[in-house]
Amino acid sequence: MKPAPFRYHRARSTEDATRLLAELGADAKVIAGGQSLVAMMNYRLARPAHLVDIGGLRALDHLHRDADGGLHIGALTTHHTVETAPPGVLEPGFGVLRRAMRWIGHLPIRTRGTVGGSLAHADATAEWCLLAVALGAELVAEGPHGRRRIRAEDFFFGYYTTALDPGELLVEAVFPRPAPHAALTEFAERHGDFAIVAAAIDLDAEDGSVRGGRVALGGVAPATVRVPEAEAVLAGGGTFAECAAAAADASDPPGDANGSPEYRRHLIRTLVRRACEEAMSP
Amino acid sequence: MTDLQLMTLDVNGEEHEVVAESRRTLVDVLRHDLRLTGTHVGCEHGICGACTVLVDDRPVRACLMFAAQAEGTRIRTVESLSQGTGECELSDLQRAFSEHHGLQCGFCTPGFLMLAEGFLAERPDASKEEIREVVAANLCRCTGYQTIVEAIDDCAAARRRAGKEN
Ligand SMILES: Cc1cc2nc3c(=O)[nH]c(=O)nc-3n(C[C@H](O)[C@H](O)[C@H](O)COP(=O)(O)OP(=O)(O)OC[C@H]3O[C@@H](n4cnc5c(N)ncnc54)[C@H](O)[C@@H]3O)c2cc1C
Ligand code: FES
Ligand code: FES
Repeated sequence: MKPAPFRYHRARSTEDATRLLAELGADAKVIAGGQSLVAMMNYRLARPAHLVDIGGLRALDHLHRDADGGLHIGALTTHHTVETAPPGVLEPGFGVLRRAMRWIGHLPIRTRGTVGGSLAHADATAEWCLLAVALGAELVAEGPHGRRRIRAEDFFFGYYTTALDPGELLVEAVFPRPAPHAALTEFAERHGDFAIVAAAIDLDAEDGSVRGGRVALGGVAPATVRVPEAEAVLAGGGTFAECAAAAADASDPPGDANGSPEYRRHLIRTLVRRACEEAMSP
Repeated sequence: MTDLQLMTLDVNGEEHEVVAESRRTLVDVLRHDLRLTGTHVGCEHGICGACTVLVDDRPVRACLMFAAQAEGTRIRTVESLSQGTGECELSDLQRAFSEHHGLQCGFCTPGFLMLAEGFLAERPDASKEEIREVVAANLCRCTGYQTIVEAIDDCAAARRRAGKEN
């Protein structure tokens, strides 16, 4: 279908964007890469009266390491930019991000879709949501009253809802610690589809022995979640299989056309173990 | 409420001024306002890839982009492929599709051509496996993909050979 009419506004700076959002009120929406929003508008699942286009804000398109080894990703950085980043920027420590990109849709989606758009859209199985939760990212929001940092695990509330205020812009995702032993894996019916279940693991390991780690799951609850029960197994010296079993036991996944709760629990068990093994493979 | 926009679009190296509603997607402006009907429309939600064009050399879905967002970029459509090699002469990629029977009804072909054109420009050394993964982005109901993969692989190999000779 064709989208409903709206007024188009091109933001010239982040301040300009937040000012426009405040002025236009609840009927306004930000558009970044449009890979989720335009599809929803074509379906008329979304009919904003105003679109504030932030696509031209080059200041939000960046990818760099800080002095402490942390990684800063501007909200407008595309999946494709991360996938093709020069090795020095991601490796060592963040190769997991590059490897995870191949799970996001297909090339022509990744050339337009942005990191900030994925996080703000907050599909529970979106790869960026899983990576942000597993790697302990902090998300930087900018509104009329300045900037604030929100921990990823406090950011995702439920079905497509986040801690962002309507007038706020997501400007950056900060991954504070390198994650040399991290992996993301998932299962979808066709490669490129949103996953039925997705798992991301960030292991704390030295000299081949695991001391603990963070476990994030998508497709098992309305939002991307951390699984403390599975993390406790890792911290207690349990095996990957035990960790995976704990993750499945702790989850109460929904049943729908894509899979029953039992099927999803089976996927959790398989995918968590697989992600742990991949995280430890050199 | 109609919100008309005056837009300047750079399509296939030519500047076009278009007055259209802001809700017009890039693919609709290309087809209805500029009459470049080589780019096709299937699903309008990013799944089929029939609308694939190049924006700043990268393959994108023209149904998931408002034309207003494309101002200031360089857009290339399937019509650009045969240019420069004389009237109505097909490009090497198009000839490869024809030789390998990479099309039957042809509905999906403009999308596959632009997907491959953008991908090979970025990855001229792509392996057959990588080509196979990339073409999974678009849907073809006729060919079964094998001939499309072979066409793109053959075209890439020929371009590499030509590159070495020069
Ligand atoms: C065929 C297809 C397959 C896909 N497969 C996957 C997949 O497997 N995994 C996956 O993760 N995604 C997938 N996507 C979605 C894609 O990753 C999108 O890029 C992403 O979800 C949204 O990013 P965007 O820049 O396109 O955002 P937009 O579509 O422009 O915006 C999405 C939402 O976020 C808001 N928003 C955007 N940027 C900001 C910001 N900086 N601050 C505040 N709010 C903002 C918008 O208002 C809107 O509500 C797929 C899309 C398609 C069409
Ligand atoms: S028409 Fe654009 S992807 Fe189908
Ligand atoms: S040739 Fe008919 S859909 Fe591809």
